Amino acid sequence: MGHTLAEKVWNAHVVRPGNGDEPDLLYIDLHLVHEVTSPQAFDGLRQAGRPVRRTDLTVATEDHNVPTTDIELPIADPVSRTQVETLRKNCAEFGVPIYQMGHDEQGIVHVIGPQLGLTQPGMTVVCGDSHTSTHGAFGAMAFGIGTSEVEHVLATQTLPLKPFKTMAINVSGSLRPGVTAKDIILAVIAKIGTGGGQGYVLEYRGSAIEELSMEARMTICNMSIEAGARAGLIAPDETTFAYLKGRKHAPQGADWDAAVAAWRELRTDADATFDREVDLDADTLTPFVTWGTNPGQGLPLSETVPDPERIADENERTAAEKALSYMDLQPGTRLRDIAVDTVFLGSCTNGRIEDLRAAADVLRGHKVAKGVRMLVVPGSMRVRQAAESEGLDKVFTEAGAEWRSAGCSMCLGMNPDQLKPGERSASTSNRNFEGRQGKGGRTHLVSPLVAAATAVRGTLSSPEDLLAGPSTSTEDLLAGSSTSTEDLV
Amino acid sequence: MEPFTTHTGVGVPLRRSNVDTDQIIPAVYLKRVSKTGFEDGLFAAWRTDEHFVLNQEPYRAGSVLVAGPDFGTGSSREHAVWALANYGFRAVISSRFADIFRGNAGKQGLLAAQCEQHDVEQLWKLLEAEPGTEVTVDLRERLVTAKEFTAPFHIDDYTRWRLLEGLDDIALTLRHAEAIDSFEAGRPVWKPVTTLA
Ligand code: SF4
Repeated sequence: MGHTLAEKVWNAHVVRPGNGDEPDLLYIDLHLVHEVTSPQAFDGLRQAGRPVRRTDLTVATEDHNVPTTDIELPIADPVSRTQVETLRKNCAEFGVPIYQMGHDEQGIVHVIGPQLGLTQPGMTVVCGDSHTSTHGAFGAMAFGIGTSEVEHVLATQTLPLKPFKTMAINVSGSLRPGVTAKDIILAVIAKIGTGGGQGYVLEYRGSAIEELSMEARMTICNMSIEAGARAGLIAPDETTFAYLKGRKHAPQGADWDAAVAAWRELRTDADATFDREVDLDADTLTPFVTWGTNPGQGLPLSETVPDPERIADENERTAAEKALSYMDLQPGTRLRDIAVDTVFLGSCTNGRIEDLRAAADVLRGHKVAKGVRMLVVPGSMRVRQAAESEGLDKVFTEAGAEWRSAGCSMCLGMNPDQLKPGERSASTSNRNFEGRQGKGGRTHLVSPLVAAATAVRGTLSSPEDLLAGPSTSTEDLLAGSSTSTEDLV
Repeated sequence: MEPFTTHTGVGVPLRRSNVDTDQIIPAVYLKRVSKTGFEDGLFAAWRTDEHFVLNQEPYRAGSVLVAGPDFGTGSSREHAVWALANYGFRAVISSRFADIFRGNAGKQGLLAAQCEQHDVEQLWKLLEAEPGTEVTVDLRERLVTAKEFTAPFHIDDYTRWRLLEGLDDIALTLRHAEAIDSFEAGRPVWKPVTTLA
């Protein structure tokens, strides 16, 4: 019987097969390190007198804590500063390459790996961060690990692990204009639930996936973890190879040809079986937004806030009640009527150049609505440079948005970029948990297109709302809402 | 990691069930950048109460904690084990441990010894009647003794073996260093490195 892509990558990295209760010992090709989950791992090495086995397969950057303004000044928050300084000291002591704040290659760990060409098909990639699944977009087996596992990989370049189960997410058809990869993944999570992927590695496949750019594929794989999965991946193809070719760490010359030949083998065999399969039709998808406090609580933008009373499952009903009370929303409110005061464009989910381009295209010629603050935070310094060379920064600042330096920023509010209690955001990030973007802050997860349109109108909106006006939007008509739309504009 | 064969130390009766990891070490203590020094966060909320058992002599210097059922529930934070070990505990006795806590403890050299609840109750009485009583936890024999009290405890064979040998996860993996070396020798040359030539 044939193998799935995930099984092929796994099998190619088994150093020593386990038996019975004993896990496989898996080789790790690339270990990405950042300041939050690494200090104790380095400390553990120090205590045990162990070196880093492969500094040349390890790379560090500063992202979670870094400020996105005044980056040439010392970090004001003492805890953040200590973490960043500790990372620098540890990297110097153990010989690990690091991209510090201010370096051209600095950025969110999951943005810089692919951008440097370090993430390649068929690799195993780990990082002490759950969104490591991002790198699966290249057909790599990429997953987040805890601090003691970080220490384990630093010391041995391996991890003892039991194989994951496999799930196929078949996305047929093609995305319609205005609908993006973010909408696919939000729809997937709403469908299988935040625990639906538990224990699985998801393989996204089908025509709609094949048509996506690498940036869009990364957006999808990035959020696999929000469905509870260990990892998510997509078979590499011409789009993947074209993205990689010529990047700093990509193979060159004859090596390139050898690599591509090997990468072409990385497909799920026709006779392979998955432990589970889920189907989705891209043709029918419309922009998705979340209304609750987990990424599975999402609906098409044309819908209304759900009524918990009508949810059959008791756990889900209670969760929905709690979420609506935290979000301060009433059942039946049209999602398009929800007003925000903050729009955040950025994160490892949607902080790449393509995301900024898409948002800028919507914003061009418009202004950010009164009373709305829009933060644009590029995922890396390279993304920032690229955007500036295309003049996107001007589009954002002329519209009234703030143009920042690279980092995680408001995705998790470890730096000063936070929501205040009661503030509401439309955010292109990946988690709408209570307090994630700041204590008491309320988060609606959206695509970059919806983020930009929302910034202009001040209420959750899609780009077509800007073109046609609310009353002629087909989605509004389909929604059959009785609420007048006049008060929206 | 130090091998654990047998340990004798002052027993500390903690008459509480469902001691979760937030009680063992509250989240505010997690911002540290080292793996040591977590003893000051151990049971931080309870230690503000002067009657709390660890605030009293001779329990203060205890190294064997005798707790109620469902010890170590809640978040998976490894800091809970670090805090107990940093404080000086070598063993925790309870009639039921949370799975993740038990796993984390085994990896850090802290013995999680599972006894019957009636044995725990007897130990509590003994330790309260005669504060400072030493408890011996013998991992080879899987026995807890204190004065005339003797009771068996349960621990799975694999964790027991690792503790006896003093093998942390990394040491275990490094036993296969040759396999890792030969795997590395066979990796394709075009796989990327993070350093630039
Ligand atoms: S951008 Fe957000 S999700 Fe991504 S690595 Fe940073 S904090 Fe984590």
